[in-house]
Amino acid sequence: MATLRAKLAPYALVLPAGLWLLLFFVVPMVAMLSLSLQQGDLLEGYQQTWHWRTYTDAISTYDKQIIRSLEYGLITTVAQVVLAFPIGYYIAFKAGRNKSTYLFILLLPFFVSFVLRTISWQFILTDDGMVLSRLKHWGLVAENFHILGTPTAVVFGLTYNYLPFMVLPIYVALERIDPRLMEAARDLYANPVQVFGRVVFPLALPGVFAGVLMTFVPASADYVNSTVLGSSSTTMIGNVVQFQYLSSQNYPTASALSFALMAILLVGIFVYARILGTEDVMTVAAR
Amino acid sequence: MTDVAPRTTLSTLDPDDVPTPEPQARRHRRATGRRAERALFVYTWLVIAWLCTPIAVMIMFGFNNTQGRYNTVWNGFTLKWYGRLFDIPALSDAIINSLILAVLDMLIAGALGTMLGLALGKYRFRGQGVTNLVMFATISSPELVMGASLLSFFVTLGVGLGMVTILIAHVMFSISFVAVIVRSRVITLDPNLEEAARDLGANPFTTFWLVTFPMIFPAVLSGGLLAFALSIDDFVITQFNSGTTITFPLWIWGATRLGLPPQVNVMGTLIFAVGLVIAVANAVVARRRARR
Repeated sequence: MATLRAKLAPYALVLPAGLWLLLFFVVPMVAMLSLSLQQGDLLEGYQQTWHWRTYTDAISTYDKQIIRSLEYGLITTVAQVVLAFPIGYYIAFKAGRNKSTYLFILLLPFFVSFVLRTISWQFILTDDGMVLSRLKHWGLVAENFHILGTPTAVVFGLTYNYLPFMVLPIYVALERIDPRLMEAARDLYANPVQVFGRVVFPLALPGVFAGVLMTFVPASADYVNSTVLGSSSTTMIGNVVQFQYLSSQNYPTASALSFALMAILLVGIFVYARILGTEDVMTVAAR
Repeated sequence: MTDVAPRTTLSTLDPDDVPTPEPQARRHRRATGRRAERALFVYTWLVIAWLCTPIAVMIMFGFNNTQGRYNTVWNGFTLKWYGRLFDIPALSDAIINSLILAVLDMLIAGALGTMLGLALGKYRFRGQGVTNLVMFATISSPELVMGASLLSFFVTLGVGLGMVTILIAHVMFSISFVAVIVRSRVITLDPNLEEAARDLGANPFTTFWLVTFPMIFPAVLSGGLLAFALSIDDFVITQFNSGTTITFPLWIWGATRLGLPPQVNVMGTLIFAVGLVIAVANAVVARRRARR
């Protein structure tokens, strides 16, 4: 009796959460796939017709936005690695007792709503806002210069919003490096560049991989930054999906695009994890 | 992993052959090191300042004595918006909705996630791999796709959208975070303690509430608070599954085109302050506990 109960205990504990995730995460993914292969409209109802053309049509119509999203995601990710690495390095090796304080400060932006932060940047960067009006007054930029509405503004916003997700995994990876390895390298006459390139960076790579995973995916699927800071020429695939779902309610096309986006990102992640070794990525990402 | 190259080199070297660096070179090295460290320090704080800029601006303009409905130009300091916080009924409703959702999400996702975390940390069971995979998927899938698929599901079923569907969504994406936090705590527990309780005649229920739960409580609390924070901040998934229900982030989104009233800044500031106080208190308690 007691052993049976002990055997069933884990299943009883998993059941409620497991059912919730099954019903509201796994099943909806299948529902979305199914909806993308249906035809019909809201009034007449939808019929399952296995209409794969929805995919080819949707992708060829919105290929520009898809490529643009991946492009912005890529630039954002590269910019973040460059920006985040020195910070992770500083906190891991130089911050001493203040490590947790620094990490806490890095997470401060998350106490303000994502939308509100992005809108705050819009407010700061508008053409007659606090930054540009001053720069124009001093004659540092041309009168017709503007930031909002450009791809730069969107990438800027994306980089800003996801930066802590890049710093944290890099920090975790660097933190685990035994400082004696660096000492050994120095004692063997490696110059600082060599110590970094041959010892520190390779050992930090799992953190970089995890960070890339945690920023590239959400950045390429984002539509908030592009809506608030961009213009019609910076439309990303997220904007299209959001518009198709919520405004034109063209569900088959919308779910096809959304599914295609996920497939592209999944294939990307898979290839990436394959090349770089899954386990390291997973273990660091799971932290 | 990459094997460490210097080690092989080290073993082939005779220790006596290794020349010690000249003092001058070493001094030089230390000086460059210090300069590099200072540069890193300045850089880190510049990025931190950048990260905090939009927050500082938001807080500042909550104190702006603006006259018209546009809160764009600094017009002197005032506290009046703190008094008129609930002057916009639609905004107040949105905030109340957000708070209700966040509290319910904290309770439901907190409970379900804790159970899941316990199971994953304490037992080996069939289906564990799949469970881990699904959790990893909910944490790493783009919000857009999760929101879209849930909406597809509700559309297929013909379910009306509102508070219930938003809550379902919030619990869905919060569970895994709670479970991960609780699991990491459960793994560190000493199984002997539970065994001791059992040997002393405690039934599984008593053992859980008197032994296990108090030990994992800090993790349960952080998990619950994280769920609260994720819920109150969520925009994308909420927008897909809200129908006509408005939450705080959704109201802000709708109001941007007309210009945000100062009340939004005040509300953002208050949420920020409360979050900060809770996080600091949490850290202080954790530190004190660790010292004991």
